[in-house]
Amino acid sequence: MAFYVVQFLTGLASAASLFLVASGLSIIFGVTRIVNFAHGAFYMIGAYIAFTLTDRFAGAFGFWGGIVAAALTVALIGVLVEMVLLRRIYHAPELFQLLATFGLTLMVEDLVVLIWGPDDLLGRRAPGFKGAVDFFGQNIPSYDLFLIVLGPVVLGILWLLFQRTRWGVLVRAATQDRDMVSALGVNQKWLFTSVFAVGVFLAALGGALQIPRDAVHHAMDLRIIVEVFVVVVIGGLGSIVGAFVAAVLVSELNAFGILIFPKISIILVFLVMAAVLIVRPWGLFGRPEAPARKTPGLTVNPWRPLTSNERLAALAALVVAAMLPLLAGNYALTVGSEIAIFVIFAVSLHFLMSVGGLASFGHAAYFGLGAYGVAFLAKMAGLPMIVCLLVGPLLGCLGAAVFGFFAVQLSGVYFAMLTLAFAQIVWSIAFQWVSVTGGDNGILGIWPEKWAASPSHFYWLALGVAAIVTVALRIAVFSPFGYALRATRDSALRSEAIGINAKRIQWTAFVIAGTTAGIGGALFAYLKGSVFPDNLGISLSVDALVMVLLGGVETVSGAVVGAIVYKALNIWLVSQTDLSKLVLGGFIVLIVVVFPKGIVGMLEMLAQRRRNASPPGSALLAKPIESAE
Amino acid sequence: MRAKNFFVGAAFGLLASGMASSAMAQAEIKIGEINSYSLLPAFTEPYRKGWQLAVEEINAGGGINGKKLVVISKDDGGKPADAQTAANELVSSEGVAMLTGTFLSNIGLAVSDFANQKKVFFLAAEPLTDAVTWSKGNKYTFRLRPSNYMQAAMLVEAASKLPAKRWATIAPNYEYGQSAVAVFKKLMSEKRPDIQWVDEQWPPQGKIDAGPVVQAVAQANPEAILNVTFGADLVKLVREGNTRGLFKGREVVSFLTGEPEYLDPLKDETPEGWIVTGYPWYSIKTPEHDAFLKAYQAKYNDYPRLGSIVGYQTMKSAAAILAKAGSTDPEKLITAAEGLSVGSPFGEITFRKIDHQSTLGAYVGKTSVKDGKGIMVDSSYKKGSDYLPSDAEVEKLRPKD
Repeated sequence: MAFYVVQFLTGLASAASLFLVASGLSIIFGVTRIVNFAHGAFYMIGAYIAFTLTDRFAGAFGFWGGIVAAALTVALIGVLVEMVLLRRIYHAPELFQLLATFGLTLMVEDLVVLIWGPDDLLGRRAPGFKGAVDFFGQNIPSYDLFLIVLGPVVLGILWLLFQRTRWGVLVRAATQDRDMVSALGVNQKWLFTSVFAVGVFLAALGGALQIPRDAVHHAMDLRIIVEVFVVVVIGGLGSIVGAFVAAVLVSELNAFGILIFPKISIILVFLVMAAVLIVRPWGLFGRPEAPARKTPGLTVNPWRPLTSNERLAALAALVVAAMLPLLAGNYALTVGSEIAIFVIFAVSLHFLMSVGGLASFGHAAYFGLGAYGVAFLAKMAGLPMIVCLLVGPLLGCLGAAVFGFFAVQLSGVYFAMLTLAFAQIVWSIAFQWVSVTGGDNGILGIWPEKWAASPSHFYWLALGVAAIVTVALRIAVFSPFGYALRATRDSALRSEAIGINAKRIQWTAFVIAGTTAGIGGALFAYLKGSVFPDNLGISLSVDALVMVLLGGVETVSGAVVGAIVYKALNIWLVSQTDLSKLVLGGFIVLIVVVFPKGIVGMLEMLAQRRRNASPPGSALLAKPIESAE
Repeated sequence: MRAKNFFVGAAFGLLASGMASSAMAQAEIKIGEINSYSLLPAFTEPYRKGWQLAVEEINAGGGINGKKLVVISKDDGGKPADAQTAANELVSSEGVAMLTGTFLSNIGLAVSDFANQKKVFFLAAEPLTDAVTWSKGNKYTFRLRPSNYMQAAMLVEAASKLPAKRWATIAPNYEYGQSAVAVFKKLMSEKRPDIQWVDEQWPPQGKIDAGPVVQAVAQANPEAILNVTFGADLVKLVREGNTRGLFKGREVVSFLTGEPEYLDPLKDETPEGWIVTGYPWYSIKTPEHDAFLKAYQAKYNDYPRLGSIVGYQTMKSAAAILAKAGSTDPEKLITAAEGLSVGSPFGEITFRKIDHQSTLGAYVGKTSVKDGKGIMVDSSYKKGSDYLPSDAEVEKLRPKD
C-alpha cells in the first residue's frame, strides 16, 4: 500500500513541474491567441541561466535567489521578444505568430550550445532538499515534496491574481473577448506584454526548478513543449485550473500506467488527449469558443482563377523547371525532386488550412502513411512501382477518412491538437510495431524501378505529379465544392443556414488533403529508398505548417512558394553551416517581420495596391503573375 | 508560380560550385563524412576533433599515397532522410571516394542502404545496431565500433559471475534499447539458466519520468539491474535512484556509462560499483594510446572522449583502406578493407571479411568517484574478436549478397 501512495506522490511531483510550464502557456494563449511554440525555449533558457547563477553563487540564498533571478531574467527576455517581434504581427492571419515563435525556438537551440557548450550540465541539488523522507520503508525525495506543495501554491497565487486584481479581471475579460476589451479602452499593448511576461516567467521558473533533478541540455525544449501543449488542451485553453487537473491526470496515469504497460509513456498523453477531445471537444474545463470574428484580411483581396496570361506564365515556369535536367547535375536534380515532393505536401496542407480554415498540426501522418503504404506494397507484396505509387497513397486516404471524421467535429486549436494526437498515435504504432514496420530502423530498400531510377527521370516524375496536384487543387478551390468549403470557413452559421452540410464538406476536404499528402509520401519513399517513423513525426508536420505560413495562408497557391523557399533554404543551410538552425530561425523571424502575410501574400498585396493606383485597363497587363495566387 | 525560377537559380548555383571543385580534384582524395552534429553535440564535437586530428596526422605523413586527404563533413540533424540528402550531395556533387560517420542506428542503416544502392563504400563509425553488419548487412558497408552484441557479451561475462538471480531492466524505448536488452537477456540466460527477469521499464528516449520508473523498479525488488539509458536520461535516473536508494545493495550493469560523454556529467553523484563499458582515458597505459592522448591534448588542450577515439580511428581506418586499395574504385576498396589490420589507440584491429565488423573492443570496469568526478576503476580492455559469435552463426545472420 505504501508503494501506491509513494507512486501517487511521485506522480504529483511530476505534475507540478508540468503544471508550471503549462499554466504559462495557457495564460498566453488565452489572452493573446498566440500558439507560443517558443515556450519550451524559454523553459530551457530558464534552466540554463539558473544553472549558471546557482553554480556561481553558493549557499541557500545563492540557490533560491538564482532560481528566481533566472526566471525574472527570462521574463525580461520574453518582454523584449513580445515588444520587438510579436507586437508587429498580432494582426497577421491566425497562427502566423506560430511561425515567429518557431523561428525563435530554432535560434535558441543553437544559441545555448554556443553559449553553454555541448555537454550535458549537472545543476546543484537544492539546499535543504537533498535527501529523502522515509515513508513506511519507501523513500520520497524531499525535493519532490517541495514540488508537490509548490504546484498548488502557484495555482493559488494565480487564482488570486486573476480573481482579486484589476489586472486579473482584464486578463479574464481579454480571454473571453479581446475585441470587446480593446473597444472599452483598455490599453491592449501593455496587457499583452504583461501577460506574455507572466507566462514566460512561469515557463522559466519551471525550467529553473528542474536543475536539481535533471540534466541541463540543448534538447530540453522539444522534450517538454509538445507535452505541455497537450496538457493545456486537455485542461481547456485559457483555464489554469484545467491545466492543473490535466497535469495531475497525465502524470498519475503515467506513474501507474508504467506498472502495467512499461512502454506506455511514449504515447500516453496523446491517447488521453484524443479521448478527452472526442468526449469533450473543448477540454475538461474549457468553454466553447465564440464564433470568431474574422480579420478583414480575407475579404479585401478576393480569390480568383488565373487569367489566360497568367496561365501561360505558369506553364512557361513549369517548362523552365522541366528543363533543369539539361543544366544541372544529379545532386541538384535529387534536391529538385525533394522540393517538388514537399510542394505536394505543402499544397495539400494549404488546401486544408486556407481553403478549409482547418489548421492541422499532424499532417505528416498522411504523408507518412502514404510512404508506409508504398513500403508495404513494394516490400511485402512485391508489386511494381506504378501500382505502388497509385495504391500506396490510399493508406493516407484511409487514415484521413478515419481520423478526419473525428477531427472535423472540432475547430480551431482543438482541431489542430486532435490531428496532432492522431499523428502521434500513428507514429507510435510505426515506432513500436517492430515486426511489421521495422520500428525506428524503418523499412529499407524501396528503390525506384529502372524507368524512374535516374535522377532526371525521377525529377520529371515528381515535378509532373506536383504540377498536376497543384492544378487539381486549384480547380477544386474554384469548384462548387471549393466555394462551399470556403463558406464553412468564413461563416459556420451562415453556411449552415443556406443548407451546406459543413461537417461533411470539411471531412471531404480532410480526405482530399490526406490523400494528396499520401501521394507526396509515396514519392518520398521512392526518393529516399526507405521509410522511417520520422516520416510521420511532429517535426515534419511543423515543417509543413511553416511552409504554408511562409507562403501566405490567405493565398490560393502560396504554399508552392513557401515549400520551395523553405526546403531549398533548409537543405542549403544544413549543407553549408553547422549553425543552420540559427540562420534558418533568424531568416524566418525576419520574414515574419517583413512579410507579415507570407511571401506570396505580401507580393499580392503590393500588386493590389499598384492595381488600385493605376487605371483599370493597364493594370491587368502590368501586374506580375504572383498576384494571381 | 515564380517558384519554378527558384529551381533554376538553385541549380545554376550548385552546378557552378560543382564544376569549381572538380577542377582541383586531381591531387586530393575526398572522404564524405556525415554525423548528427546539431542533434548530439555532446558526442559529435569530440568526435569531430578526433577525425580532424587524424586528418592532420595523415596529411603530415604524406597523405594517401602522396595525395592529400580532404574530408567534407555534413550534418544530418538526426534525420535519416536528411542524412541521405547529405550522402547524395557528397557522392553526386562532391565526388567523394567513400562515406564515413553516422551515430544513430537508423541513420547508419539509411546511409548503408544508400551505399548499397549507389555502390559506394561506407564505413559506419558509431551506430551500434547489430543490423548494420548482420541482418541488414551489405557488401559496401563496414562498421568500426563494437556492436550491441559485442558490448552485451562483454558485460554478460562480468554480470554472469554475480550472485544475483532476480534481474530488472531499464532501457530507452527504441531499437537500441530493445536490442541491447534482448541480446543481454539471451546471452545471460544461456550462461545462467537460474536467473529470473522480474521487471522491465521502457521510458521513451530523452523523456524519462525518472521518479515513477525508479519506484516501479524498486517495487519489483530485483537483486540486480541492467541499465541501457544514457545522456540526460541517465542523469535523471541516477539522481532519482540515488535519492530513493534504488541502487543500495543492488548490483547494476550498465551499457556505455563509462564513456566520458555520459559519465562526466554525473560528477560527484556518480554511483559506485556499476559494471560498465566505457573509455577510461586516464588509466590506459599503452604506447599507442599514450601517443594519441599526447597529440590530442596538445592540439585541443582538452581530454579525449570516446567520440574522439571513434572519430580518430574512423579516419585512420579509412586512410589505411584507401592507401591499400591504391584506387577509389569501390570494389577495390572492399577488397582492400576485408581482412585489413590497422593500428589504433586500443591496439591493432581487423575488419573481418565475414561480416565487415571491426574487432575494435571496449573497456569494461567499475564506476567510482574520485575528487568529485566519476571515473572507471579496475578496467580492462576486451578485444572485440573475443566477443563475436562463431563464423557459422554469423553466416546465418547475414543475408547473401
